[in-house]
Amino acid sequence: MKTAKITLTAFTIALLAAPAARAAGKKDVEQIKRGEHLVKVGLCADCHTPKKMGPNGPEEDISKMLSGHPAAHLVTQAADKPAGPWAIAVAGDLTAWSGPWGVTFTRNLTPDKKTGLGDWTEQNFIDTIRTGKKLGKGRPILPPMPIAGIQNYSDDELKAIFAYLQSLPPISNAVPEPIPPAAPTAQPPVAAKK
Amino acid sequence: MALAWRLIGVTAVLIAGAARAGEGPWPPKTLAETHPEAAGVRPFSPQYPLWSDGATKQRWVWLPRGKTIDASDAEAWRFPVGTRFWKQFSFGGRKVETRYLEKTGPDVWVYATYVWSEDQREATLAPAATGMRGAVEIAPGVRHDVPSVSDCKACHEGKGRDVVLGFSALQLSADRDPLAPHAEAVPEGSLQLVELLRENRLAHAPRFWQRTPPAVAARTPRARAALGYFHGNCSFCHNDRDPVSSVGLSLRADLTATIADEQPAIRTAVDVPSKFQIRGIEPDRSRRLATGDIERSAVLVRMRARDGLSQMPPLGSKCADTAALDLISTWVADELPSRAGGM
Repeated sequence: MKTAKITLTAFTIALLAAPAARAAGKKDVEQIKRGEHLVKVGLCADCHTPKKMGPNGPEEDISKMLSGHPAAHLVTQAADKPAGPWAIAVAGDLTAWSGPWGVTFTRNLTPDKKTGLGDWTEQNFIDTIRTGKKLGKGRPILPPMPIAGIQNYSDDELKAIFAYLQSLPPISNAVPEPIPPAAPTAQPPVAAKK
Repeated sequence: MALAWRLIGVTAVLIAGAARAGEGPWPPKTLAETHPEAAGVRPFSPQYPLWSDGATKQRWVWLPRGKTIDASDAEAWRFPVGTRFWKQFSFGGRKVETRYLEKTGPDVWVYATYVWSEDQREATLAPAATGMRGAVEIAPGVRHDVPSVSDCKACHEGKGRDVVLGFSALQLSADRDPLAPHAEAVPEGSLQLVELLRENRLAHAPRFWQRTPPAVAARTPRARAALGYFHGNCSFCHNDRDPVSSVGLSLRADLTATIADEQPAIRTAVDVPSKFQIRGIEPDRSRRLATGDIERSAVLVRMRARDGLSQMPPLGSKCADTAALDLISTWVADELPSRAGGM
């Protein structure tokens, strides 16, 4: 009798919960769609998606959507400063940028846990954009990422973007770390204690 | 009070009727005005000090009379409203800046930094938004930055805890680590753990702290110092509570760990693949700390870097801490227990 009562209760809860779950699912889909729209309007793929050569020249390689600078394309040093008024050199697929700040490699935005944003939380993403620092505390987000413009997004918009990025298929691509500009190594001003 | 003034190094006369929190502009324009009217400013000294490019640092705390620190959460003490902290930075024997924290509400802390005048007689409030970049030269070609408030918050703020760093059971323990890099002598009249317990300023503290001062459980003295250094220099971001915990690297010392190899730093760093790609190392070969291999240890590579991009900590220092690098490199090379088999 007791077992039957528990079963009935569980069934009732399941019935009541089902529409809520469907509503939550619908909300998620809407949020992801909104995020996809914002990512497209924001032209994120221009730099974060590798390119391949098509009949009309370079085009986005959809199989590597938003996976950042390909790890296989080794870049070991900054480009020479171009002659004349030019300050920046850009790789042909727009995933590597060299300038006075050093060399930027566009990050892997897919939810791959080891190489992308798979271990990030929504709060990590918002903190990164709001502060302009990785995870809200780390190194500065580098040019040409238009961080000052993206900071104008509302929290809801950033959450939508993150939801969309997390919905992508994870792609394993270990993007190299940025290369800092050449500078002399600073030495400590006092003798270190042993 | 006169003693406290000398300790803080302020020679200016206390401005009568200085604005109090909630009654006027706060933080005030001068360091002198931050001093409480009541006595009780005490120095303290953490055993694992944060590396700040070789600055000589002095620290003071003031707790409101009759109020206690809530130590229910041993990892995150809650301070009474009215608590004040000062930390003074000197380079080459000259005072450069004094940083100030005051708790003005249950979850509200005021941050301020005061920059010392050329004649060393007074310190005035630095711009909150910008701090003061390159305030003084501390080594040939290296200038010290006075931080902005957002710089301060980047390290001090965490999830569900007060913003104070370096004032905790481990940091104030009487069981001082003899190998701790840059360890300082405990000043006379300090408010360390012993005094906090004896003077009943610590509520809900574990009783065993009285007879067994907290220490880092570790296999060797060098391991103890290395883990303690991580705790004092890295764990304010790399812990298991704050948002950055998502990366799964905790460098806090766990006072409840009785088995050395269960320290969070051992569990989450040793032979764990690093997402940070060390230049010149194959992508899948970088480790956070690689047993016996300094070059593949991303933590060491980032401690050594001072380029503004890959360096750790990411701000607050422009010169690598060579003493800590020596200590931790030796530990990694010679003593680190391998966990590769368990990964």
